[in-house]
Parts: sequence; C-alpha cells; structure tokens
Amino acid sequence: MGNKVQERPAFGVNETYRRRIAGLGALAVVLVIAGALSLIIGARGLSLSEVWNGLFSPPGNDQQVDIALIVNTVRVPRTILAIIAGVALGVSGALIQGHTRNPIADTGLLGVNTGASFAVVFVIYLFGFTNPYQYVWFAFAGAAIAGVVVFGLSSIGRGAGNPLTLALVGQGITVFLAAITTAVALANRDALNALRFWNAGSVAGVGYKVIWSAAVFIAIGLVMALATLPALNLLNLGDDVARGLGVNIALNRTLGLAAITLLAGAATAACGPIAFVGLMVAHVARYLAGPDYRWLVPYTALLGAIALLLCDIVGRVVAPPGELAVGIVVALVGAPFFAALVWRGKFKNS
Amino acid sequence: MTETLVKPSVAPGVRLGRISFVWRPWMLLVAVVLAALAFLLFCLSLSIGDFSIPLPRVVATLLGGGKRVDQFVIMDLRLPRALVGLIVGIVLGVSGALTQSLARNPLASPDVLGITWGASAAAVAMVTVSGAVEITGSLGLSTAALIGGVATGLLVYALAWRRGIDGFRLILIGVSVGAFMEAITTWLLVGANLRDVARAQAWMIGSLDGRSWSDVWLVLGGGLVLLAIVWAAAFQLKPMHFGDDVAAGLGVRQNLVRAVLMLCAVLLAGFAVSAAGPIPFIALVAPQIAMRVSRFPTPPLVASGLVGAALLLASDLLARTLLPIALPVGVVTAVIGGPFLIYLLVRSNLRRAS
Repeated sequence: MGNKVQERPAFGVNETYRRRIAGLGALAVVLVIAGALSLIIGARGLSLSEVWNGLFSPPGNDQQVDIALIVNTVRVPRTILAIIAGVALGVSGALIQGHTRNPIADTGLLGVNTGASFAVVFVIYLFGFTNPYQYVWFAFAGAAIAGVVVFGLSSIGRGAGNPLTLALVGQGITVFLAAITTAVALANRDALNALRFWNAGSVAGVGYKVIWSAAVFIAIGLVMALATLPALNLLNLGDDVARGLGVNIALNRTLGLAAITLLAGAATAACGPIAFVGLMVAHVARYLAGPDYRWLVPYTALLGAIALLLCDIVGRVVAPPGELAVGIVVALVGAPFFAALVWRGKFKNS
Repeated sequence: MTETLVKPSVAPGVRLGRISFVWRPWMLLVAVVLAALAFLLFCLSLSIGDFSIPLPRVVATLLGGGKRVDQFVIMDLRLPRALVGLIVGIVLGVSGALTQSLARNPLASPDVLGITWGASAAAVAMVTVSGAVEITGSLGLSTAALIGGVATGLLVYALAWRRGIDGFRLILIGVSVGAFMEAITTWLLVGANLRDVARAQAWMIGSLDGRSWSDVWLVLGGGLVLLAIVWAAAFQLKPMHFGDDVAAGLGVRQNLVRAVLMLCAVLLAGFAVSAAGPIPFIALVAPQIAMRVSRFPTPPLVASGLVGAALLLASDLLARTLLPIALPVGVVTAVIGGPFLIYLLVRSNLRRAS
C-alpha cells in the first residue's frame, strides 16, 4: 500500500480533476436518494409527500399527527445519525489506514468497540445507569482509551505499519476486555440486557441530545482530519521522505490519531460497535478516487454515509416484523467483502 | 572453497529396527517434569472444594482405595471436571502447536482462525432458537458446538486456499470469518429472551463447571483418536519447517500432510470447545511456553499439550479460589492470555527493531 506514488494521467490534470468532481457530485446525489429512502421505508411505509407534510405543515387530522410523529421522532433522527456516523466511520477508516500505512486497519479491529462496551457495562453495574444519555460519555471515554492503548502497544519497535501486529494486538485487547465485560454482565441482569442490544450497533431509538453531542465531536474530528490531509499524502511516502520534505511528523501524527479517536469514539458511543464500514469504504474510495488523500477523504465521507444508510434500510426490511440492527447488517456484508479483498491479494505481509 | 566448521550434532540418533528417533534428554526431562506438574494440579483440583481432601487421600482414592465419602466426592463429583480440564488442556495445546507449525506463524491459533466463533454461533443458535437444549441437554449443545467449529475451520481453510496455503492469508481470512460468525451470534442474542441470553453468554465464556461423565467420554474418545493420528503423522512436520523446497526434496507430500494435520487441529479444537466452551488463549500461549522451556525452535507437540493441561488446570484452580465467587475459567485465561499475547508481539517487534 505504502509507497504508491500517484501516476500522472496521460490526459492531463484538468480531466482528472473534472472526473473526481463529477464522482463527488454523483455520490452526493446517491446520498440524497438514500436519505429520502431512509425517511420513506420502514414498518409504516410513507410517501414522499406525507414525509414533506409531516416535516413542514401543521398536522390537521389524527392520521397526520401520527405521521408527523413517526417522521420527526423516528425517521429523521435515525437518518441524521446514520449520515453523521457513516461520515465519521468512513473518514476515520481512511485516516487510520493512512496513518498506519496499514490496509486492514479498521476502528473495529482496534478495540474501540470493546472499549466502549466495557465502559457501558461497568457504569451500568456500578451506578445503575439505564438511560443511554447517561452512559454515552463513558462509552466515548472507553473507546478513546482502548484505541490509544492498542495504537501505542502495536507501534512499539518495528510494529508500526505491520498489519498483523495491529490486528493481533487489537484482538488481544478485545478478548481481554470482552471477558471482563461478560463476567460483569453475567452478574447483573440490567447490564446483560443493555450489553446485548448495545453490541448489535444500531442507529434507531437514539435521542436528539445524544445525536447533537456526537455531532459536535465528529465536527471537531473532521476539522482536525482535514488539517492533516496534505501532510498525510507525504507521510505515505515514508517517514524519512516526509521529514525531508518538511513535514512535522509528530504534530501531524498526533493530530491524525486524535481525529481518528474523536470520530470513531463519538460514532461508537452514539450507535454502539459498527465494524467494517471504515475498512470497506476506504477500499472502495481508493478504487474510485485514487490514492490522493485530499480526494480520498471526501469520497469516504460520502460513501460511509451512503453505506450506513443503505445497510440500515436493508435491516429494516429484511426481517419483518422486527428489524436487524445496522451493525449486524454491516458485518454480514462487510466480512465477506474483506475476505474477498484478502483472497485477491490486496494486502501484503510486511 | 572456504573451510566451513560443521558443528557435530549434540543430539545423537537412535535406530531400533525401522524406527529411528533423536535422543534429546532435555526434552524428555521437560516432558516428565511437565507431566508431573499437570498431575499435581490435577490432584489439587480434586482435593480443593467445599469438602477439602488432603492430597495423599486423593491419590489413594484414585488408585482404588480410600473411604467411601472420599470415593463419592472424588469419583462422582470432582473427577469429571478435572478430567475435562486435563483433556481439553492437552487437546488445545496440541491443536495450537499444530496450527502454529502449519501456518509457520507463532500467532496462529484456533481462536484467531475463527473456529471458536463458529462453535459459539452454533451453540448460541442451539440455545436461543426453539429451545432445543431443553430436549437434547448438554450433549446436544456439545454436538452443535463441535459441528459449528469444525465447519467454520474447514470454511476458513477452503477460503484461504489459493494454489496452496499462505499463513498470512489464513489468519486474515480467519479473522474475517470469525467476525461474520460473531455478527450472527449477536443477531441471535438480540432476538432471544433474557434467560437464554444469560445461558448462552455463560457458555460463550468457557467454563468447567458442572461437567458430567458424558462430557468426559466425548472429548476423551475424539481426543485419543485424533492424537493418535497426529502422533503417526507428526514426524513429517519437522522437515516442513525448513521450507517447502527442502521438505519436497526430503520426500514429504506437503499438501496431504498439511491438510491431514490441519484437519486434526480443527477437529481437536472443535472437541475442546464442545466440552468446555471457547476457552480463550490456551491454544495460543501453550505452544509458545513449551517452545521456551524445551529450548526447541518449533512448537513441540508433547510439551505443548502438557503445558496446555497445566495452564488450564492452574487457571481453573485460580478461578475457583481467587475470589469469594467462583469465576468461569475462561475469564481467567483471557485476563492472563490477552496481555501475554501482546507481550509476545511487542517483544518480537522490539527484537526485530534492534
């Protein structure tokens, strides 16, 4: 992955530029369509005009009150959350692969998810919290700490940039935390019940309060991410070359890791663990946009939001009368995708 | 030609008729000491409990003597648990040693290869869907776990096959198949009622509690047959450590040997999981410890099995005595094994850096 230098296309820079802009525009259109579908499709199917009236015109009869209720308290929040969490997971996936120069890096493989579950179960056990708004901050802290620990341990010595080390350190931490989490959950019924729903990873039933606090962290994370993008291209040429070209490596790396932790931590805290979005989206974006991170990252943002919205919609219709949590749909689609990439030899053991 | 100093082999060969082997006193000593240690822990596991029985009386009872009370407590109540611990430990150790040898990677193990997640998915399905456990009992649960684990192991092997097996690809495919099975498990748990969830989670953590003689027979029978096959085929493993070309030159049919031994490793892990649940990390850690105490460059099979048994029995003793409430043994092995895995990784990275 590492030292891929962007090829200068034969047909000129302007052509490439136009193609990339067109790609972004097309993805934006797809995102709008997916968002609209997410408002329409569900246990109670709605038409576009019903959604419009529910959002903007005062309800007249009882049926319109019901529709307005569904639109405003169910469909809109989950659509917003799917979009911002998708953006966060997609961008953090691209950043984590860039900063580690590691094509299998994914927020799910980094222990962020188990860190969050661990924290959630512990605060439920210790303080008896039952409202997600109370434990969302602890989930965020747990995710952030686990991510930093896995990162730190796997980059000691020659570990940095070796996909196997990162995956296995992540797995070590994950199993370690998961065992303690399960032991606590088995001793406490409330914790056990919260844990199984939390673990599935869902964008449904999250209140606006949680969504807006997550959005603030994600916005900060995105700004930090954008600030590191030019340097990230150079960092991908190797630390020595980047230093020679005048990049402040320590500053950019710290900023990048902080951005990843904010983005993945906030998304995980709001939705629960959703693995594979970042990984999948980063590979698709690299295929569409090429290796330039200034383009790659906007692509991953849009693709992440589209992927999460579509998986959420699939989860709503695939198992009636119930729903399948988006985290499960993503893993069931993402794992085979990842296996196919491995099989086609996309990753090399360094 | 420059003169090369050939060091005389310190390990003399011995030939008896058609059988030949290398005389390695240190490895033999290590094996004997480990076996004694495992036996000591086994006896301790029989002696400790609500009604504690001193060690001499435990040994006497095992040999057929002893008082009737001792006989009842040991033979009927405690022996199944200790035996399952002993056998599962051996089986996991050997399975881990085989996986690590075949993948030529110290980090491969049935855990990493997704086998345990496959077994969990099958067992959880058994518990949550239709409540089939009520009808079939723990034997049905064991069988489901066995089938799930073995099927997943074969699936990983088949998916990783691409003109031969590459250790790195095997691990990554294992990780992704494991994640897929994990998602199915989560799905099943979300839909189930809370009583079944507690039961499934308790199974998934790995425990030796409440084992009966029927649990012993399944893993003992399967384990003995598979260990015999491994023992018969294992001498071909050594040339394979020198690389594919050397092994081919020495007349090893590599794809056949690799497939047979990998199948044995998968089946062994499947039997272990079916008897005690997915106990984490024994299979990963035991071969690494065995290599170091045996001073041997590759995971030695006998010593790995014995280390596995000693580790599992010791973890179980800790789990029963450490806290006022008895923990499942899987928690203890994960809490010790997770940091140990990371220590191995960090140390090997530091060594490569210097």
